[in-house]
Amino acid sequence: MHYLPNILFAIALIIGIGYFAKNVKKLIRNIKLGHDVDVSDNTSQRWKNMVMIALGQTKMVRRPISGFLHLVVYIGFIIINIEVLEIIIDGLFDTHRIFSSIGKLYGILIGTFEILAVLVFVSVIIFWIRRNILKLKRFWKSEMTAWPKSDANIILYFEMVLMTLFLVMNATDVPFQDMNSGNVISQFIAPWFSSLSEGSLHIIERTAWWLHILGILTFLNYLYFSKHLHILLAFPNTYYGSLKPKGQFDNLEAVTKEVRLMMDPNVDPFAAPAEGSETAVPAKFGASDVQDLNWVQLLNAYTCTECGRCTSECPANQTGKKLSPRKIMMDTRDRLEEVGKNIDANKGIFKEDGKQLLDNYITREELWACTSCNACVEACPVSINPISIIMDMRRYLVMEQSAAPTELNNMMTNIENNGAPWPYNQMDRLNWKNE
Amino acid sequence: MSELLNVPTMAEFMAQGKQPEVLFWVGCAGSFDDRAKKITKAFVKLLNKAKVEFAVLGTEESCTGDPAKRAGNEFLFQMQAVTNIEVLNAYEVKKIVTACPHCFNTIKNEYPGLGGNYEVMHHTQFLKTLLDEGRLTVEGGQFKGKRITFHDPCYLGRANNVYEAPRDLIKKLEAELVEMKNCKRTGLCCGAGGAQMFKEAEKGNKEVNIERTEQALEVKPEIIAAGCPFCNTMMTDGVKAKEKEGDIAIMDIAELIANAQDL
Repeated sequence: MHYLPNILFAIALIIGIGYFAKNVKKLIRNIKLGHDVDVSDNTSQRWKNMVMIALGQTKMVRRPISGFLHLVVYIGFIIINIEVLEIIIDGLFDTHRIFSSIGKLYGILIGTFEILAVLVFVSVIIFWIRRNILKLKRFWKSEMTAWPKSDANIILYFEMVLMTLFLVMNATDVPFQDMNSGNVISQFIAPWFSSLSEGSLHIIERTAWWLHILGILTFLNYLYFSKHLHILLAFPNTYYGSLKPKGQFDNLEAVTKEVRLMMDPNVDPFAAPAEGSETAVPAKFGASDVQDLNWVQLLNAYTCTECGRCTSECPANQTGKKLSPRKIMMDTRDRLEEVGKNIDANKGIFKEDGKQLLDNYITREELWACTSCNACVEACPVSINPISIIMDMRRYLVMEQSAAPTELNNMMTNIENNGAPWPYNQMDRLNWKNE
Repeated sequence: MSELLNVPTMAEFMAQGKQPEVLFWVGCAGSFDDRAKKITKAFVKLLNKAKVEFAVLGTEESCTGDPAKRAGNEFLFQMQAVTNIEVLNAYEVKKIVTACPHCFNTIKNEYPGLGGNYEVMHHTQFLKTLLDEGRLTVEGGQFKGKRITFHDPCYLGRANNVYEAPRDLIKKLEAELVEMKNCKRTGLCCGAGGAQMFKEAEKGNKEVNIERTEQALEVKPEIIAAGCPFCNTMMTDGVKAKEKEGDIAIMDIAELIANAQDL
């Protein structure tokens, strides 16, 4: 019976990490539903981007208030989690504060954790106030209702509770308080419990300890279902983010092949396709569903933490249009999750469900409102590119469905006929010289 | 005036067995739009003044395909691109300058993948080099001390990180450069990009160019400087809608430099 807590702890750990691993596998499977894209180039620049943007938070701090608060929570999160290592060892091997034997350094470490815990707690409270009391516009757009809204607050509550438990656990730990090293914050909390017996204190300490670690394991598993996944995916996402100038949109290779054939005077247009040639199955141009996107775009969707910096910078959104770049990313993730669940329910094979990303999630009105100005791409703190999805979906509308707005069809007919978006004769191109 | 403009074509250079220093890619707006044609001419005057041996493609030029690509018509874009690249490569063009950030972006970034590799400059960058090399001089003239704000074209600024060349030129005019609250990498779009120029805006509560014009009016400029023919149109319309066309001029950087020397 003596080992019961340790066995329970091991079971909790295995379930917690096992379920998380299972969902990570699913996450990777879903991301790989996107088609392949070559991102193997320029690895040194990619590492640099990851270090600067994800680790260094360079784009977060462009908005100083939220950037600074985020930095506090981020640093706190990383550093306080060193403590989890001790908790795991203590839990498994029935030790108590195993690292305290290292002496003075231990006090410095725990002291740092305690200060950070308070800073994180305060920052999270400010985040909550900004979101719920000050009602910052970007948190109250039409896509931020129902689950996305609760999700954001649940994350904040989780962090408040975890930080509180950490401090209570230290404050009620009698041997730790007696040590009087590193209890920089908890020594002021300890008096609140001074009327209690040592036995009660021990019970509170144990309860806080257990809730703290179980809370961390729950939070870990919450990630997969939450926008909070960015704490992990920001790293690969900034690594795989585009290295090209923002104005450079990819040239569709499938189209290049067709264009080359059309332009080649030696090609026999009536020739039967060669045996086993790729042209037998014509490629689908553009994207109408998540499987038509590439895996980096799908990774983008899972990485989005719905901060709305993109949407608040979007000229279309600012002037009341339906387009919100954040919604493009949220819709992509929602549809991808739906496709993933469909695959799970149908023994690994996607069963046609009569839905797609286009129309069922993202409307044409949203797609046609984009000015491709790249404000959203510039604003994203984790290198997400909503425009690439918008463009791929426009390509589907135009090349597969001929469903461009009439005025755009006129513009394109003009380019086709006379090499300009307006109906002027190409032979008149130099007339300005003599006007 | 017109007889003063010297605008040779690539075909003429070829006939003489010569290569120009640079090809001036005029673009569709620069060729056909009445307002943009003035920008084209202003730039040509500066090229003539600086004795730059340049040429245009003239009737051999065709749309780069930018609006088609941004509208989603990759086919049409690549047809245009491949045709243009054939012409450019046949003339062995090495260096291109253009006054349109959309042409600039497309030729610079999207043509290389289709076989078109050129050194491409926006006209503000090119003018800056002419000044730096002493081939062109500029004095403030009529713009000395004027309040000028610069509207960053998306396809020059954010798309290609060119923020300083146009500003350096404005400073050379000894003008007072004032920045809007959204400028450089956070510059607000004029509303024309992504093929929006050629369609009605989707339903909303305001036009993008009005929003941008309001930002410009906040800094009380005498001149709104632009570096893109489409931005120029959008800002001109915006200023008209605000009934400020009598007080505020919208001018391309090339026009500012040319007018400063009474060209």
